[in-house]
Amino acid sequence: MLDVRDLSAWIGGSHILQGVTFGVEGTGVTALLGRNGVGKTSTLRAILGELPATGSVTVDGEPVLGRPTHRLVRAGLGYVPEDRCVFAGLSVAENLRLACRVPDPDYDTVYSLFPELRTRARQRAGTLSGGQQQMVAIGRLLLNPNRLLLIDEPTKGLAPKVVAEVTAVLAQVAQRVPILLVEQNLAVVRRLAGTAVVLAAGRVAWQGEAADLLGDADRTRSLLGVGSTGLGRGAASDAPSQSSRRGDH
Amino acid sequence: MSQSSSPAAPPVPETAAPPPAAGTPYASPARPPLRRLARAVLPLVVLVVAAVLPWSTVDIPGVFDGPLNSPGTLQLLALCLVFGGLAAGYDLLFGRAGLLSFGHALYLAVGAYGVDILVTHAHWPLWAAVPAAALGGAALAALLGSVALRTTGIAFAMVTLAFAQVGSILTQRDPGGLTGGEEGLPMDGSRLPGFLVGVANTVNLYWLALAFLAVVAFVVHRVDRGPYGRVLAGLRDDERRVAVLGLSPYRFKLVTFTLSGGLAALGGVVYALVVGGASPALAASDLTLSLLVMAVLGGPGTRWGPVIGGILYTYLDQRLTSLGGTSAIRHLPGVLRAPLSQPLFVLGAVFILAVYFAPGGLAGLGRRGAALTRALGRRPVPDRATGTTDATGR
Amino acid sequence: MGTVVLLALTGLGLGALYFLIASGLSLVFGLADVLNFAHGLFLSVGAYATWWAGGRLSGPWGFPVAVLFGVACGAAVGGLVELVLIRPLYRRPTEQVLVTVGLSLAGVALLQAGWGADPRRYPSPQWTQKVTRVLGADVPNDRLLLIGVAVVVLAGLLAFLRFTRYGLVIRAGVENRAMVSALGIDVRRAFTLVFAIGGALAGLAGALGGVYFGSVSPGQGASLLIFAFIVVVIGGMGSVTGSAYAAVAVGLLQQFVNYYGTAGAGDICVVALLAVVLLVRPAGIAGRAAT
Ligand SMILES: Nc1ncnc2c1ncn2[C@@H]1O[C@H](COP(=O)(O)OP(=O)(O)OP(=O)(O)O)[C@@H](O)[C@H]1O
Ligand SMILES: [Mg+2]
Repeated sequence: MLDVRDLSAWIGGSHILQGVTFGVEGTGVTALLGRNGVGKTSTLRAILGELPATGSVTVDGEPVLGRPTHRLVRAGLGYVPEDRCVFAGLSVAENLRLACRVPDPDYDTVYSLFPELRTRARQRAGTLSGGQQQMVAIGRLLLNPNRLLLIDEPTKGLAPKVVAEVTAVLAQVAQRVPILLVEQNLAVVRRLAGTAVVLAAGRVAWQGEAADLLGDADRTRSLLGVGSTGLGRGAASDAPSQSSRRGDH
Repeated sequence: MSQSSSPAAPPVPETAAPPPAAGTPYASPARPPLRRLARAVLPLVVLVVAAVLPWSTVDIPGVFDGPLNSPGTLQLLALCLVFGGLAAGYDLLFGRAGLLSFGHALYLAVGAYGVDILVTHAHWPLWAAVPAAALGGAALAALLGSVALRTTGIAFAMVTLAFAQVGSILTQRDPGGLTGGEEGLPMDGSRLPGFLVGVANTVNLYWLALAFLAVVAFVVHRVDRGPYGRVLAGLRDDERRVAVLGLSPYRFKLVTFTLSGGLAALGGVVYALVVGGASPALAASDLTLSLLVMAVLGGPGTRWGPVIGGILYTYLDQRLTSLGGTSAIRHLPGVLRAPLSQPLFVLGAVFILAVYFAPGGLAGLGRRGAALTRALGRRPVPDRATGTTDATGR
Repeated sequence: MGTVVLLALTGLGLGALYFLIASGLSLVFGLADVLNFAHGLFLSVGAYATWWAGGRLSGPWGFPVAVLFGVACGAAVGGLVELVLIRPLYRRPTEQVLVTVGLSLAGVALLQAGWGADPRRYPSPQWTQKVTRVLGADVPNDRLLLIGVAVVVLAGLLAFLRFTRYGLVIRAGVENRAMVSALGIDVRRAFTLVFAIGGALAGLAGALGGVYFGSVSPGQGASLLIFAFIVVVIGGMGSVTGSAYAAVAVGLLQQFVNYYGTAGAGDICVVALLAVVLLVRPAGIAGRAAT
């Protein structure tokens, strides 16, 4: 369904992705893993056209790289960014209304998954808790039909109970839409993901069944640098420390 | 948070060539020694030629109204040289440090009015008034810079603009009869040394302006070459990286702001001597905009671009006005004639075109031209980035 | 008492003028990150268009129609500038500023070429030259007109931002432009819209500024623009209500200090206020929010 080939991307002249190649199946959850700073977020942003990139990205065989972000999203790629990016100054209802781009948005599904969004409709999104904000961020995608969801660390900074809730919701969503999920919490990955893609040094270092990865403690440690709890968040960045370059405008 | 939303700009694949040391595009160690020598000597040759120019009696009709050594031509040239120096000093901020200041005119005005007031009202001798005015400008730049540099990007631009507006208001309102209001303050010639007064001595003013330009060029050159210049280039490209090195971006920016302000004040001093006084137009925001236009037209961040931009802009600004009266323009239909007789219209339009089509300014064009000739000569061309900047960093 | 009322209303009138300029500037800045030096040109275009049309129309509706014409011209110029000149340069903020600088230089020179550098007498309707008695002060009607229009514009803008789809997009875009795109919305259309709105409001400011000053001249926009910039920074870039508060503060401060202190002292106080606000609250009064 999504096919990424030889994707290279630059940030401020640094070569962040250096030929990433992987695919996402038409069903279930594909986890995109890797150490901190390896370029998981950048991969999603490059796919969505938020970063200058080369290579090829196709959705159902249709090349999309280089298209404006909003076109890609309209073509059915839903995106939940790492920091959720709900609009703090807008109310919950306004956040949802802004995201509607079809005449008959699917409020039923959203409210059945997240009943709280109905009761808190008038609250400013900036005053919501992290978990509630995550619900807004996921909920606003489900208003529209999607072909694929790109979700970046949905459980980041959430309390364990909320992590479980979000995980349960994602499991339900994944039955309808395939998801490319960036996630550091390996318990969540284990629960959701069928396949896994591991990035290292700007490339794909490993790809296969998620169970094969997580079942092998040595492999997990060598690829992700963590034990199986997966909650370690090192401060140091392992990204290739290329000397930064300024690009010609 | 404020990442740009626009769709991906065309990707910028890295070439095999190493990135140029930003800000010092000419200091390539790979350059053959002969060329390096030429680059070092050429400015000196130009300086000597410029210095002996006033002895020439050549008449270039159309370019200048009189022969080269006539007072009118010399004064025009002196003005061009002053602005060449001012533009180069401004480019320390814009092209080197990536600071988009809209208040540079203030320091120029401090220099010009400072020396004028000290000589004309306070009856100081010139040798004391000049350093006082220049240092006053630098001190004011340090003070205001310390506030303005707490902001970045566009807020910085607006704040410097607002500060300069105070200078503009003060010069117009004539507080205590000091600045002469709208009329400006003519310099009291009787208090100046004899060799700077009178039409016959215009040549000395010309040399003074040339000396100023040489001083600025020297300072800019030292900055570019020194470790300090490399930090500035780093600041312009990515402030965080400089902070990571344990250097304080704020301190570096403040030093640059002060240095640049001091040079502007010195330029103001020379300006006041060349034109024989100071006027409120010096403090107006339009003047800063002109400096910006000069730097961008010439090529920001390059060694000679801003100087050439300043000289050319001033020349055109002065000459286009009289060009409006020439027969070539007078016979055009009114729709064309009226705009073309407005120097600022022509310069503004050229400027906009330059921003789109010649981002490296004249220097960039020159470099691209050189690359083209070299490419045609089938020799390998080192790939060089232009010195365009992203001063309003996000 | 009478003097104070007169000064207050004059200051508010001036603040109203600043608000009309600053609100558009602020939205353009907040949404598109463009420091628009050409905003003063939009104002001058509105002023000259109104002046031109006002000289040709007569009757009780002549002047309002001329003002509408001026507003339309401002909006058209604003939208066109965005489409033609600014749009190709997104992601290059410095170049955008440079283009607006070039535009302001060239545009003002063009106006000068067309109508000369000297101020032109403005075709203000009779009633704006009269005074109305307010709390014991004879207040010129032009100030009341400015205040009234600014209040209506403020209410209209806030309603637009709060209740329309485009308003929603603008408010969201001021907060986080990238995320608006990531929701499948073409945020650039909103850019053109805010430029057009900014141009329209600047044109309105030009049209009414002509009444206030009694004349139009090519450089008028530029001098007002600097104070509008100050208002934008104090109010918080991108905020309409912030601009309104800041405009009132700046207008009143300027008027009172200029009257009770020496001439020009008010302008300097305004800059001092700016410095203080920056030191205390670098993001301005309102922070980053459109309403
Ligand atoms: N705006 C930026 N400017 C400069 N470098 C950046 C920027 N954004 C990201 N990077 C660098 O790009 C690399 C990849 O970042 P990215 O956010 O994609 O990593 P990630 O895998 O998502 O990390 P994390 O697990 O911490 O979210 C990092 O080394 C980071 O330092
Ligand atoms: Mg990430």
